[in-house]
Amino acid sequence: MKITLYKRGAEADLYLDEWYDRKVIIKIRVPKSYRHPKLDLKLRTSRTIREAEILHEAKKASVPTPTIYFVDEKEAKLVIEYIEGIRIKEHFEKLNHVELNRICKDIGIKIGLLHKSGLIHGDLTTSNMILTREQKIFLIDFGLSFHSQDNEDRGTDIHLMKRALDSTHYESAKGCMKSIINGYAKIMKRGLMRKILDRVKEIEDRGRYSGERHT
Amino acid sequence: MMKPMKRVKQLNCLGIESTAHTFGASIVIDNGEICSDVREIYIPHKGRGIHPSEAAQHHNNKAQSVILKALQSAGKNVNDIDIIAFSCGPGLGPCLRVGATVARALATYLNKPLVPINHALAHIEIGILTTNVEDPLVVLVSGGHTAISAFGGKRWRIYGETEDITLGNLFDMFARATELATPGGPEVEKMAAKGCKLIDLPYTVKGNDVAYSGLLSAALREYKKGTPLEDLCFSLQEIAFSMMVEATERSLAHTEKKELLLTGGVAANKKFQLMLESISRQQNADFHVVDVKYTGDSGVQIAWNGILAFQKGITVKIDDSIVKPRWRLDQVDISWRS
Repeated sequence: MKITLYKRGAEADLYLDEWYDRKVIIKIRVPKSYRHPKLDLKLRTSRTIREAEILHEAKKASVPTPTIYFVDEKEAKLVIEYIEGIRIKEHFEKLNHVELNRICKDIGIKIGLLHKSGLIHGDLTTSNMILTREQKIFLIDFGLSFHSQDNEDRGTDIHLMKRALDSTHYESAKGCMKSIINGYAKIMKRGLMRKILDRVKEIEDRGRYSGERHT
Repeated sequence: MMKPMKRVKQLNCLGIESTAHTFGASIVIDNGEICSDVREIYIPHKGRGIHPSEAAQHHNNKAQSVILKALQSAGKNVNDIDIIAFSCGPGLGPCLRVGATVARALATYLNKPLVPINHALAHIEIGILTTNVEDPLVVLVSGGHTAISAFGGKRWRIYGETEDITLGNLFDMFARATELATPGGPEVEKMAAKGCKLIDLPYTVKGNDVAYSGLLSAALREYKKGTPLEDLCFSLQEIAFSMMVEATERSLAHTEKKELLLTGGVAANKKFQLMLESISRQQNADFHVVDVKYTGDSGVQIAWNGILAFQKGITVKIDDSIVKPRWRLDQVDISWRS
């Protein structure tokens, strides 16, 4: 099988390849010429390592993620399992109300499982979730993920998810966020969840010109 | 340009800008022709930021002469004005109220429609007018804004923004504390050109959001330790811009837009332009920068938006024309785009 460029993401080039008879994605964080070489190297290597670590830990937290086969720190390269499915972003508008709620609730559960295990995804958008034919949701792109039990970090994760819905899927954003929180509530204890959701509002209020956001 | 009805006479709009340090007035015609652009800028005391009531006092003193000059240099009489547009927010309350008061008085006296304009939207629309882009991802960077936005479903949607201070704030606050002149952006840019060593400072990107306050504190700590200011300015720019460029590239990949538009005061920075141009190439998008004359705040952008809004029947009654200091871009319904 010939190696083909599968997708050029913001952070990395993705190639489709075979690895000991397995279909894999080769993810290479290519150097960015716009930034200082020192900063560039630091970001590419630290994120490659972080992604490999946390993809694995997420699996232990019962969150479906692709399996890591190989890590090349020097080249900022990962060989990861190819997940057959569709990006939720593309699929979103085609779903009916019931399916959408079910999927969003499941997304909420996945976020809850990560947070409960002290993991923060760091870039929750519908571009970073894959839905398989068996209706299983895989989370991908863990380059900005990190360890934290801090409500500020958990709140930021939820805020980013909400932002992604508000901007990309504005027509269904409100209902979807509700379902995500319902799922999240299945995993997180009620008191803790309250605190995190209060923090989400605090984060929004801290941003620019938030005064009329809640009116 | 589409017009809602057949019109014999062209529409002249007087735009009044007064969100922060600039009091500006301009006449723009409905075909997009910019007839005048007059600005007076309040300069705070050295080492200080904008004092809102002092700035408002400055605007009060300059309002009359700025508006007269805008009429004169456009070769217009006050009776030629068909629409009066003013920056309604977001911005500093005392400053906004000066522009609004003048606009209300003129609208009442001349019996002309009054149109309230969102300042962030004004930066975007003047960028679109001067670059002819159609459906861009917009990077809006200024003293008041640091946001990544694209249009969808009647509104400009925010894909990413600063979670604390803006890029403009960052440079201004750093410049004030290190006794560089303000506005800080151009000063930091000049100083950065003499530096080359990258100092280790915090780099904070959260999804498509950025946060700059940690970077500011760390840079000021380094300054107090005696790190050369040239290297510090170089590093501050390098890291602050890289953060925003990364968030922008991620938004470009996510939205798959084919145009990138840079607008707002910080858009004048050459280094930042080059960086964004580089990611635009990577993501197969065309890169555009607002006409450099209109990066900063001006009456021009308000007047042009006044035309766009008025043509869709957007006006406000004098009694309802209160300013909105915290009026977010994503709260404005847009009827002239689809």
